[in-house]
Amino acid sequence: MTTTPSSDVQTTAAGSATFPLVLGLDTFGDLTHDKDDHPLSHAQTIRNVVEEGVLADQVGVDFFGIGEHHTDDFPMPAGDVVLGAIAARTTRIRLGSAVTVLSSDDPVRVFQRYSTLNAVSGGRAEVVLGRGSSIDSFPLFGYDLSDYEILFEEKAQLFAELLKGGPVTWQGTIRAPLRDQDVVPHTESGPFPAWIGVGGSPQSVVRAARHGYSLMLAIIGGSPARFAPFSQLFQQALEKFGRAPLPVGVHSPGHVAATDEQAREEFWPRYLEVIRNVSKTRGFAVPTKQSFLREIGPHGALYVGSPETVAQKIAANLATLGANRFDLKYAMGGLPHETLMTNIELYGTQVIPRVRELMA
Amino acid sequence: MSDSALPRIAVLGAGHVGPVIARVSVEAGYPVTISASGDPERIALITRILVPGAEPRWAADAVADADLVVLAIPLHKFATFDPALVAGKLVVDTMNYWPPTDGVQAMFEDRRYGSSEIVQRRLAQSTIVKSFNHTGYHELEEERRPVGAPDRRALGVAGDDAAAVDLVAEVVERIGYDAVRLSGLSQGRLFEPGGPVFGASLRRDDFERAVSVEAA
Repeated sequence: MTTTPSSDVQTTAAGSATFPLVLGLDTFGDLTHDKDDHPLSHAQTIRNVVEEGVLADQVGVDFFGIGEHHTDDFPMPAGDVVLGAIAARTTRIRLGSAVTVLSSDDPVRVFQRYSTLNAVSGGRAEVVLGRGSSIDSFPLFGYDLSDYEILFEEKAQLFAELLKGGPVTWQGTIRAPLRDQDVVPHTESGPFPAWIGVGGSPQSVVRAARHGYSLMLAIIGGSPARFAPFSQLFQQALEKFGRAPLPVGVHSPGHVAATDEQAREEFWPRYLEVIRNVSKTRGFAVPTKQSFLREIGPHGALYVGSPETVAQKIAANLATLGANRFDLKYAMGGLPHETLMTNIELYGTQVIPRVRELMA
Repeated sequence: MSDSALPRIAVLGAGHVGPVIARVSVEAGYPVTISASGDPERIALITRILVPGAEPRWAADAVADADLVVLAIPLHKFATFDPALVAGKLVVDTMNYWPPTDGVQAMFEDRRYGSSEIVQRRLAQSTIVKSFNHTGYHELEEERRPVGAPDRRALGVAGDDAAAVDLVAEVVERIGYDAVRLSGLSQGRLFEPGGPVFGASLRRDDFERAVSVEAA
């Protein structure tokens, strides 16, 4: 059973659309440690992600996403290659980015890579475009962060044209123009699903609607409920641009273990360490035990706990946010691969069926 | 909902920060406008859904009628911001200079000055007050508390002009925070990324202690 969020639309009598419930997993290729807490090599971490994706397929997860990063603690710059390896060993799970940093990439190349993944996987590819909270790709590829807005706007526009299939004519300021350009490989059955990941900018929500992308809300801190108006803004903007309703998804970090206590104890020290590291360069506040407990509670952004706790929170927030998709960003730098495999198994075999039950 | 006796607030910027400051200001009873760089029609939908009660306006019209201007644009756009737009106005600078996030901005690389002092030098005809920059934009809404609440947080307000600092402090108080006034825009460096209160959630006494330890 596969679901295609942006094509499999059922329209209700009231005229509003409902989309099938999609429950996925995302990773940034967080560097894993061995059982003695020594960091594994980048290569082993990547091979572990392949195993994690295969397991996700086996236990009934709908989607597996890999977020682009370029650092020693997230050695995952070519997630599409890893997704290709997972595709070769699976038949059911949908595969995509989470996110692709489009501003520092070439939209033609992104289309070609994911269209190729779509071919390899038999039509299971998706792409989520955005900035993420990672900016390492800008200096790496010679882009100026000050140009972020224009780069993203023009590239999102070009990518939307490429998705339509057929020869592309495009002109802008940030790359060479295209004139009646055939871009291969062609997709077999129309565009693959494409999303824009949004942090907190309402103008990005409107942009997603303007270009006809689905909306992925990245909620990594604070109250998820505050994003509810973004969902509403998205649907009204689609209407204003004369477009049909499109799905809304949520991406949030978390960790599932057998009990609430075990999940907290496994996750908290790793979370503290990772956020302490990124706070040096990005100005995030270093979490306290108190702020962590608030984030894993009913009004916070982290999904850490037993399968029942996490399922209840997912179901409650999807309803609040008018969203039909949830992607749990599992893995936190330093957690062992074995712990992540347990997380994936519990998510697939217990969290997902429970969320479906709660939302039926 | 707004009280016509209260100062009129013009928020410049409809990105992450502007709509949040506009919303909490509307809810505190202020007459509020919100402006982006162009036609207000482009932010009409955002305003209606995210900041009901605020009026989207052309920036120049909104500023002309305002008692207080909130500058909430991305810092990297400041280099092309026209100082004449806010000449003669009280401007609250909510921006941060954060090279890893915004890229290196030559204008802000002079480490003798805090970012708001550099803003003041460029907006020489305006009166700059630094505030709101050291809290997360989503926390600003969630952590509001009424006067006297035991967990009411503090926000810093720094500026050279005492009357302007008082006016901004009053806005901070009405929105739902204890205002901690620091005299001198240079003191606003204490609110910057890497400083003692940046990203921290502190009550008044802890806030005062944090900035006085650092200043000593």
